[in-house]
Amino acid sequence: MSTASKGFNWIKAAPWLYTAALFILWEGAARGFNLPQYILPAPTVIAQAIVQYWSAIWKNSLQTLYTTLAGFLLAVVGGLALGILVGWSRFIYAGLYPLMVGFNAIPKVALVPVLVIWFGIGTVPAILTAFLIAFFPIVVNVATGLATIEPEVEDVLRALGAKKMDIMLKVGIPRSMPYFFGSLKVAITLAFVGSVISETVAANSGLGHMMLGAQSQFNVPLVFAGLVMLAIEGIVMYAIMAWIEMRMTGWAHRSQTMAA
Amino acid sequence: MQPLVTIDKVEMRYGGEDGLLAVRDLSLSVAKGEFAAVVGPSGCGKSTLMKLVTGLYIPQQGVVTVAGSRVTKPVSIVGMAFQNPTMLPWRTTLDNILLPLEVVDRHRRRLRANKAEYVAKAEALLETVGLKGFGQKFPWQLSGGMQQRASLCRALIHEPDLLMLDEPFGALDSFTREELWCIIRDLHAAQGVTIVLVTHDLREAVFLADRIFVMSSRPGRIIEERAIPFARPRDLEIMYEPAFTDVVHELRGSIADARKAA
Ligand SMILES: Nc1ncnc2c1ncn2[C@@H]1O[C@H](COP(=O)(O)OP(=O)(O)OP(=O)(O)O)[C@@H](O)[C@H]1O
Ligand SMILES: [Mg+2]
Repeated sequence: MSTASKGFNWIKAAPWLYTAALFILWEGAARGFNLPQYILPAPTVIAQAIVQYWSAIWKNSLQTLYTTLAGFLLAVVGGLALGILVGWSRFIYAGLYPLMVGFNAIPKVALVPVLVIWFGIGTVPAILTAFLIAFFPIVVNVATGLATIEPEVEDVLRALGAKKMDIMLKVGIPRSMPYFFGSLKVAITLAFVGSVISETVAANSGLGHMMLGAQSQFNVPLVFAGLVMLAIEGIVMYAIMAWIEMRMTGWAHRSQTMAA
Repeated sequence: MQPLVTIDKVEMRYGGEDGLLAVRDLSLSVAKGEFAAVVGPSGCGKSTLMKLVTGLYIPQQGVVTVAGSRVTKPVSIVGMAFQNPTMLPWRTTLDNILLPLEVVDRHRRRLRANKAEYVAKAEALLETVGLKGFGQKFPWQLSGGMQQRASLCRALIHEPDLLMLDEPFGALDSFTREELWCIIRDLHAAQGVTIVLVTHDLREAVFLADRIFVMSSRPGRIIEERAIPFARPRDLEIMYEPAFTDVVHELRGSIADARKAA
């Protein structure tokens, strides 16, 4: 607060300052050491590439955004449903948990060939890879929220004749919402990773595909332009999820600061 | 008076036939309108007793009856409050207090149509415990003592015939505790509700109760039953009278013996 009174909020400005510093250092290094463009292009060169190839970059960015969001939405719906199911009963939990852990241990890039066999090259494998990789953290978080209901709350309600359904609706599900919204940040990032992986391996559009093409033509500035776009999309989606989390579960943050 | 709660030679194990024996040969009865307190060494099965009476656990042997019928499933005529206030942080205090009504069958059907009536009742309860105007606050905006008062309101909102309190004042400072003792005393006097209070605090038990049950170490059973003769309404001042101190002292001796016997 004392910084605000001096008229400039350094904390708020810090992310921008550091980003600017990074690019300036990068530019300086690329010029100072005279690095060839095919090793590390300077930011100004990358910016030129972004302008030059804008229509291709824009089209492929939208494609990546589309597959990421589609996979992410599937993961939200599926993860929420399975999470509630797993958190519902010890029996389902005991049976499904090892299966899910095993499934999660498979590197998802190894599944892309299978998806290609089933659905052909293109959009569907990208969406499904994003879904498969983003879905696990949501399930685990929702199930954790349900499994950690305070026994006393449950006792108070059960003593009044509450059914399992009542306890889930009144306590379990609201209680697991902070866990759920918290997992969205992780899930969106993973979904993004999933769809780019799939695009790099088996697709005919998307940023991953575009970068692969640029690489084979030694168009390194375009490869880096793709990376920059990925970073921007990733940051924006993460920020949106963080904002949703704050909006939806403010009580959890505030009640924790109170308790602390 | 006829008993509201009877426990007859009850045995309860956690975890099935060969599980941990929590209480054995436990028998007691509490009359309608009575204020009973249960004291005993830690881990002797006091919370278990509460859960047996409310029907959260069914004993392997013996019979528990509440209001004349045998307990085989949760009995909805009880209200409960614990040491930990367990308010739901995403609901306002008022909505927390109304929660039991959304669960108890006979109220949940009326709740939507008669919301205003129930809200008025919750607000009246808040006023009796000294929380007038705090209904719209969230629990995390209240202090520990205020949350505990709100949890008393939640235990009372559905007009239970029986109030089960498991060390509800354990986590509070001594001034707040004395204040809440008086609130409970007045609630008991005004509403004629039957109360069973589990506590570690012997002065609390003697000040509030008509009758005190002393439990043995695990496996718990009642080893002493003692009527407290002091006239009602009792004033906090009686805690400094010699007769009061004597009762506390004797009870303390009984519990020390129970612990030694373990
Ligand atoms: N859910 C449970 N599963 C297994 N054992 C339990 C369970 N709850 C309690 N016990 C055991 O039963 C015994 C009695 O427990 P209980 O909670 O009734 O004691 P208590 O008298 O309330 O103790 P305290 O005064 O410390 O609250 C203890 O030895 C405890 O370890
Ligand atoms: Mg206990």
